Amino acid sequence: MVFDVLVEVRLRPGIADPQGATIERSLPTLGYDGVRGVRVGKAIRFSLDAADEGAARAEVEQLCARFLANPVIEDAVVSMEASP
Amino acid sequence: MIGVVLFPGTNCEQDVIEAVGALGGSADIVWHGDRHLPSGVDAVVLPGGFAHGDYLRTGAIARFSPVMGAVTDFAMGGGPVLGICNGFQILCEAGLLPGALQKNRGLKFVCADTDVRVETSVTPATSAIAPGTVLRIPINHFEGCFTCSPKTLDELRQEGQVVFRYVDNPNGSIDDIAGVCSKERNVVGLMPHPERATHGLLGSTDGGRVLASLLAAVAASG
Repeated sequence: MVFDVLVEVRLRPGIADPQGATIERSLPTLGYDGVRGVRVGKAIRFSLDAADEGAARAEVEQLCARFLANPVIEDAVVSMEASP
Repeated sequence: MIGVVLFPGTNCEQDVIEAVGALGGSADIVWHGDRHLPSGVDAVVLPGGFAHGDYLRTGAIARFSPVMGAVTDFAMGGGPVLGICNGFQILCEAGLLPGALQKNRGLKFVCADTDVRVETSVTPATSAIAPGTVLRIPINHFEGCFTCSPKTLDELRQEGQVVFRYVDNPNGSIDDIAGVCSKERNVVGLMPHPERATHGLLGSTDGGRVLASLLAAVAASG
């Protein structure tokens, strides 16, 4: 089976995000006064061949831990669905 | 001989080789694609640059270069390893040093002379420098903000693993940290570039004391 995978790499809670803070500070000047908690991350998309969703998820979790995210400062959130 | 690892995108390897040579030592390139260190390597330097383009994260791809297995074995065996700037980032990604390096707090690439205080002499990179000595060494980085968990920071302080601190923090690094060492103290990483402060014409010779320490540590162990 082929799965479409989206990995969202986020800075862990408590890790400073100067990009997010800068974006948040700029928004009121554009008239957006209610925005709070801006955090900048990365979205990584790919497709993956695997026997089933369990195997796909296990492989993606492993590659996130080894490579796509640095566990010292980042978390990875995985979403996937079978490719149509 | 000092082995200076060249990754695609490394750009400070010749500066390190030149500086080591000027101090009377010998250094040579080690290609990142080699699975073994050449015989006769007494210390390894991972120099600055943008290894593998710094894609994904600084050092994230370089840590999987074939040579890193040999560098890890060398470090585990007690061999001195010094990571400078991008080399420091690679050692953190490889898990040979604690913590991580994030974008500078001010979101600016900073290229400037900095004053850096040596906090311990008990590392190969500071073996010939008294603690408290302030060195003028330039930095040249975008991702130099040292970050770690509160627990790791406590350990670094208790074990004396903070090797260098900025006198005037230029990048938001936690606890003004400019360089750290491993628990076993043989692996050292720092963001400033000692090889760029090794001649009067460059404005400072203080960086030469770091590389001279490395050479002295190698000579003492050999």
